[in-house]
Amino acid sequence: QKLAARPNPGFVVMDKPTAFKDATTYNNFYEFGTDKTDPAQNAGSLKPRPWTVAIEGEVKKPMTVDLDGLLKLAPLEERIYRLRCVEGWSMVIPWIGYSLSELIKKVEPTGNAKYVEFITLADKKQMPGLRSPVLEWPYVEGLRLDEANHPLTLLTLGMYGEVLPNQNGAPVRIVVPWKYGFKSAKSLVKIRFTKDQPRTAWNISAPQEYGFFSNVNPEVDHPRWSQATERRIGEDGFFSRKRKTLMFNGYSDVASLYTGMDLKKFF
Amino acid sequence: MFNPNAKQINLFKLVLFIAALGPLARLVLFGFADKLGANPIEFITRNTGDWTLYFLCLTLSVTPLRRISGWNWLIKLRRMLGLFAFFYATLHFTTFLWFDHFFDIDEMLKDVVKRPFITVGFTAFVLLIPLAVTSTNAMVRRLGGKRWQLLHRLVYVIASLGILHFWWMKAGKNDFAEPILFGTIVAVLLLSRVYWSVLKPKMQKRQTSPAPT
Repeated sequence: QKLAARPNPGFVVMDKPTAFKDATTYNNFYEFGTDKTDPAQNAGSLKPRPWTVAIEGEVKKPMTVDLDGLLKLAPLEERIYRLRCVEGWSMVIPWIGYSLSELIKKVEPTGNAKYVEFITLADKKQMPGLRSPVLEWPYVEGLRLDEANHPLTLLTLGMYGEVLPNQNGAPVRIVVPWKYGFKSAKSLVKIRFTKDQPRTAWNISAPQEYGFFSNVNPEVDHPRWSQATERRIGEDGFFSRKRKTLMFNGYSDVASLYTGMDLKKFF
Repeated sequence: MFNPNAKQINLFKLVLFIAALGPLARLVLFGFADKLGANPIEFITRNTGDWTLYFLCLTLSVTPLRRISGWNWLIKLRRMLGLFAFFYATLHFTTFLWFDHFFDIDEMLKDVVKRPFITVGFTAFVLLIPLAVTSTNAMVRRLGGKRWQLLHRLVYVIASLGILHFWWMKAGKNDFAEPILFGTIVAVLLLSRVYWSVLKPKMQKRQTSPAPT
């Protein structure tokens, strides 16, 4: 299903976009299984409509908005972002959406709001992967409020000129391009503004391996592998070396969000 | 009891040889048919690693199977199974050295030293080499049966390291179903040896010794 959007030249990387086929058959979405090919095979049972997202917590104007409401909330833009997975591979994806800050403006966070928590659908009927206890369900992710308000943070409703395929987090997800992919929670049902730092799924599961921030950082290795390089899906491999990973995945603008922070400690 | 003659054994060996090349043939075919998925190198790495583990398990199951079935001729297939474990381990390691490091040995060794998950896999691979080298009849004669057997008990260490390597790899996915399955298989195969070599003789001794009067 097509989704019209205006390209936003301010948010376009020059890298070659990943093939649609690769971007839709090589996914981590544990609600549909832990193998990369599982989501494409199993996500047919997800029903992306009707869908609502509850926005609550430390806000003056909490609301529950349906998909049409989200699609009309702000003009849709196409942005081409790099995506770096914590596992050491990367893609380049033309997403469709708008800055999450557009939505944040509407609900008016209170002075207490310091973090934003993203809560993902956890429905056993639609998601066969929930039967296995690999993570605590529902999958929860979070950002600091200033990170969530950064213009790069995209509330995402489509990719490649279409609505989001189920395996890519239909019908609405978040995309935070300077952080490892798992920070970009999929199939959102709730966005909660909180005073305290949210407990996030991978951080609960393996705190020594996945920090709350999880900014792309070639200098901070994962305990089991190096983060200095990455394999661009569809490009790097048999005939070319893996490429160097860039600090903040190349989105150096965001560095100011972390002034004075030891990023080795707050990894 | 089924006891094949030399000709039949040779036939089994031929069939086994062709079957054991199947996984490699599949990878090559998939490669040409563009069916290795979005990350072909990961596919090849995983697949050759899986087959190393399968062949290790098959090799280790020969002795228990012989004990249970009385089919002593199975021992004649064991060398080939072991060598195929080494063959797939070599493909697995080469994929890592080539595509992860582009033959940059320095970088590769850094990875080996720094990351326990790779250290363990690399050690298991290195330990397989002397076993492959000494797999010929001539080497058995040169070493002498006892010493050869002692050396080849390294396979117990290798299998355990292989499981640990697999375990740590899957820890990233927080998904232990397969490592638990293969860990259990290897544990049963190793423990069956303990049973036959230590516990059973003891029990038999107890049964056959005359009761005190």
